[in-house]
Amino acid sequence: MSEQVKIVTELVGIVKPDDINDYVAKGGYEALKKAITMQPSQVIEEIKKSELKGRGGACFPTGLKWDFTAKAAGTEKYIICNADEGEPGTFKDKVIMEGDPQKLIEGIIIAGYATGATHGYIYIRGEYAKSIDTLVLAIKQAYDKGYLGKNILGKSFTFDLQIHKGAGAYICGDETALMDSIEGKRGEPRKKPPYPPTCGLWGKPTVINNVETLANIAPIIKHGGDWFKAIGVEGSRGTKLFCLQGDLNWRGTIELPFGKKLSSIITDYGKGVKDDMELKGILLGGPSAFILTPEELDTRADIIALSKINAGIGSGVIVALDNDRCVVDIVKNIAEFFRHESCGKCTPCRIGNDQIVNILERITTGDGKIEDLVTLEDIAKTMMQASFCPLGQSAPNVLMQALKKFREEFLIHILDEDCPTCDCDMMYEEEW
Amino acid sequence: MEKKSLIEKLHDLQDQNKNQSYLTQEALVNLAKEEKISPAKVFAVATFYSMFSVTPRGRHIIRVCEDQACHMDGAETIIQTLEKVLHVRIGDTTPDGVFTLEHSSCLGLCDQSPAMMIDGEAYGNLTRTKIESIIQKIKAGA
Repeated sequence: MSEQVKIVTELVGIVKPDDINDYVAKGGYEALKKAITMQPSQVIEEIKKSELKGRGGACFPTGLKWDFTAKAAGTEKYIICNADEGEPGTFKDKVIMEGDPQKLIEGIIIAGYATGATHGYIYIRGEYAKSIDTLVLAIKQAYDKGYLGKNILGKSFTFDLQIHKGAGAYICGDETALMDSIEGKRGEPRKKPPYPPTCGLWGKPTVINNVETLANIAPIIKHGGDWFKAIGVEGSRGTKLFCLQGDLNWRGTIELPFGKKLSSIITDYGKGVKDDMELKGILLGGPSAFILTPEELDTRADIIALSKINAGIGSGVIVALDNDRCVVDIVKNIAEFFRHESCGKCTPCRIGNDQIVNILERITTGDGKIEDLVTLEDIAKTMMQASFCPLGQSAPNVLMQALKKFREEFLIHILDEDCPTCDCDMMYEEEW
Repeated sequence: MEKKSLIEKLHDLQDQNKNQSYLTQEALVNLAKEEKISPAKVFAVATFYSMFSVTPRGRHIIRVCEDQACHMDGAETIIQTLEKVLHVRIGDTTPDGVFTLEHSSCLGLCDQSPAMMIDGEAYGNLTRTKIESIIQKIKAGA
């Protein structure tokens, strides 16, 4: 088991999150000082050289995104930090915001300098009360120290940063829905193209990056793109925060270089399955992403390796499921989440999620029919192809995979009216 | 600093209504006038977000997470326990107006599931005894 590499969480638990002086004493804001001696285009080149990719799940090259915005016409540009961490199971951005808020702020300021933006927003979900309080104080301290505001570090560079508090809507994690929310509207996704880098907030060029992505910026500028590129593997440079949970002996957030095997993450860091149970599978990347069987865990956790088994890293969530977990019940819980969080704008997502929940409810209470499996697939395919935004398109992902990988379990529920694991509603019904 | 967005103004208005934690019709209409947009638009925004309410709630909002990790660790039992302790159904407010019990999407407390939040405070690794003592403490201070 090789050492943990810490980039974004290097100072979490070490630096005082409520004291900017402590951050500065530990080398903080050196990257910003270095960045503003460089040309903005050089800063972008350094990020490109690092091969940093977005950590919100889409894995888009960060330097390229910045470049689009830097080259977009107009002088009014924005940086948005997407801190609407709502993918169930994800609590990694919170670790950064509450543990080392200045590193995030420093990254945002550098993004502003590189792209020519003069204003930034941190869009935080309303439920993250502690993160909001921590960042409000951190931003105030950054203004007091002259890292934010007019003529930053004595240069003719001005950058303002404010927090925008969300109000409970998973859909606002979608970049365009988030922008509508800042503009004071219902958080419904926009039609793309145009894409945010050229036409984003208030119709202006906008860089929108995840918290974890932006927390990588200061270290990259400080140590150089080559330093960063040496960590991780081909196609996935640097580290990733993983949120381990479910039936594991150890639960929490851990930062690991890309390329560790999933099986090793479960065994070495999650300390194995709880109560010496067998592993049935894992949910990877969140409920909109992937369900993997134990046989598939011999795969490296990086973008290329995972794409070979039709999977991806998503937001970095790993939920371990032991042998006593009912896959049908897990899939139903996921469908209930999406039914609640569908914004209602398009029909496939609004009606599809509802239909999926209804059918899965039938199946888990002994009223399933064999033709339900085909109907589920039909609904899922319609949603994947015809939904307006990634929420509806990805909502049935785990269902579709589970229907293939764990078909037997669905069949037992339907044909034997039984649950092999006694974990779903079927058993509750009998117990009551 | 830039002016506050409509969402943040709705937060402020709801926070000001400390006893009932909701947006009154009067407040929404006044905000519409102030923003020079139709009341229907303000209402449409207010009802889109699950943290806002347009009906009266209790002084303390209990949000119970039901997603993945919490579901796997018995969120259903947590809700049943809260229903028994508070004598209300999920979605309702206690007759004394102290608590409203709500469902919530993932609260990011998955490493301490099952979990809930009361107002801004997070409570994890919940058990029946823990829930009873948390509610008792808040009641005593209410």
